Amino acid sequence: MNPVLLWFHKLGSPPYFYRFAGRLIPWLYAITIIGMVIGLYGGLVMAPADYQQGDSFRIIYIHVPCAWMSLFVYAFMAANGFVALVWHIKLSETLAMTSAPIGAMFTFVTLVTGSLWGEPTWGTWWTWDARLTSELVLLFLYFGVIGLYHAIEDTRQASRAAAFLALVGAVNLPIVHYSVVWWHTLHQGTTVSLMGPSKIDPRMLWPLLTMALATHTYFFASLLARARVSLLQLESGKEWVRSQLGSGNPAEVSHV
Amino acid sequence: MKYGTTGAACAALLKRDLLLVWRRRGDALNPLLFAIIVVSLFPFALGPERTVLERIAAGTIFVAELLAMLLSLDTLFRSDLEDGSLEQLVVSPHPLSLLLACKIFIHWMTTALPLIVIAPLLAELLHLPDRVLPVLLVALLLSTPLLSLIGAVCVALTIGMRRSGMLLTLLVLPLIVPVLIFGAGACNAAQSGFAFHAPLLWLGAWLVLALVLAPLAAAAALKISLS
Amino acid sequence: MNDQASDPAEQPATLLQAQRLGLSRNQEVIFGPLDFSLHPGEVVLIEGDNGSGKTTLLRILSGLLEPYDGEVLLHGEPLTLARLSHQVALLGHLLGLKLELTALENLRFSIGLGGIRRGITPELALASVGLEGYEDQPIRTMSAGQRKRVALARLLLVPAGLWLLDEPYANLDREGIELVNRLLDHHIHRGGAALITSHGAYAYTSGMPRRIRLKAAA
Repeated sequence: MNPVLLWFHKLGSPPYFYRFAGRLIPWLYAITIIGMVIGLYGGLVMAPADYQQGDSFRIIYIHVPCAWMSLFVYAFMAANGFVALVWHIKLSETLAMTSAPIGAMFTFVTLVTGSLWGEPTWGTWWTWDARLTSELVLLFLYFGVIGLYHAIEDTRQASRAAAFLALVGAVNLPIVHYSVVWWHTLHQGTTVSLMGPSKIDPRMLWPLLTMALATHTYFFASLLARARVSLLQLESGKEWVRSQLGSGNPAEVSHV
Repeated sequence: MKYGTTGAACAALLKRDLLLVWRRRGDALNPLLFAIIVVSLFPFALGPERTVLERIAAGTIFVAELLAMLLSLDTLFRSDLEDGSLEQLVVSPHPLSLLLACKIFIHWMTTALPLIVIAPLLAELLHLPDRVLPVLLVALLLSTPLLSLIGAVCVALTIGMRRSGMLLTLLVLPLIVPVLIFGAGACNAAQSGFAFHAPLLWLGAWLVLALVLAPLAAAAALKISLS
Repeated sequence: MNDQASDPAEQPATLLQAQRLGLSRNQEVIFGPLDFSLHPGEVVLIEGDNGSGKTTLLRILSGLLEPYDGEVLLHGEPLTLARLSHQVALLGHLLGLKLELTALENLRFSIGLGGIRRGITPELALASVGLEGYEDQPIRTMSAGQRKRVALARLLLVPAGLWLLDEPYANLDREGIELVNRLLDHHIHRGGAALITSHGAYAYTSGMPRRIRLKAAA
């Protein structure tokens, strides 16, 4: 069998995933910290001031990566939810449910930093334009998934119900992304594109991309750490958990 | 022996649900009263000045009717769950999505249709300009089934929870916001003299999509919740 | 934790078969692995104390619940809700009767949903269970025993070969228990099969039903 496929198959087994994730997490956190230091230094100190907004634009280095993550994490959650519902893979259930609070946090930070940015730039803390509204709706969707998951007693049934809800709400994602295109809004249009040139000064761009990378590695580090704890709880009766907790260092079992 | 065809099953279900609503017809008035009360609160809060009320009329009526429907969503499956009829529907040989579609239809007909019938009354209370009323009625005709359908999926997910009220609202609201924006938006556009057909056509398109997908989603959600 | 049911090879086509069935809830094993099969003309009695998973097993066999392990075969094909067709009648813990409707209205709905056997009418069915004259009485006004009888009347009407009955003797007096046994006799003589659960207080007394005993997980 194809070695990559074989590895994926192995990854689905909780004890293997637990060990694999445990080895990966320190590296992810390291990249996160280094990335954030470089990105923030590049953005807050090195990049030139914006000709229109002056220094207040610098909040972009937190706001934009968090916004990108809020959408990415939801897609990640919905994709894992889909896998969990169709192929009944336990690991996907865990990954989907543990990514929800992280995604909600990113969305919340996006909204708050956006608000802080809006005040000096547009003169208002909040406006009901398409992008802000759909991002707020995204936050409510996250709350809904988290709320539903905690409301059902049986863990497996809870993850399946919440995964289903996440899929239903996934229709909001393209709306958030394209809201600045479809409606005339106060929020600025797309400046950074995946394909083709971006409309932003390269000296401002590279710290932004560095921060984007750092937030991604932060998400995965946090996700894996939480997922490990979750798996320990889920499989608490099993042999591998007993041997892990018996032999392992209790300090390993923690998450940020 | 005669096996029940799916058509006969749907007919039997439609008849049964109508009969059940008729037996408790007093309860059916509750959403109506709620909508009327909510709408009446606004003149008290904002003052009776005609121009002010006119401005908010369409949106307020929309919100009031949507809230009234939200409150009555819980009744969609509750009694069937509590007496075991829902189980019988699930293990019956007929497609669950079709049976649920019948239940949703009766629920919409007995909850939303009366609300649409009193919409002119609510419009009068808030001095909605006459030319906007047809647009309001069409918008309600398109949005209320959407609310029933999307609501049914969310109810199916939270069924059996004792204190599901707030959770249900939390689940439904993000999904229903676009419907509200487009529905009320069409009315406001008509009121300001702008073109209003586009939002209505969008609602129509979503409604057709929901008519096909929501019963399937609700059936899948129900099977998850009952397991 | 389980009981192996021996299966004589000359029996007619297997109606229902459970293979290595297991269920767990919240990481606790409820039962399993369980193997047995059911043939036309048989009654299987599932016994166990409260909490041993009898109702859950029945729900798995009716397709409402998916087992953690193993599978259920109906006529040799994996059991899915889509394949149930008209073969299975479930009498659950909750009877599935609308309280606001009369006995007759409930039965008419069940016929609409599940079809009707030849040669019987709802009125006849009600008479057979001793509820003649109660046709137009709302279920809400009936006692628990009477409601049970209406549910049993439903079993007489629908053309299902396999009966899954959860605690059919509950809420019934001595006459009611005999009624259930009579109905079961009649059903298996027609070639039907039945699987019933009981926590042991009253049991099927005609012939020797196969017994499967579920023990609550330690």
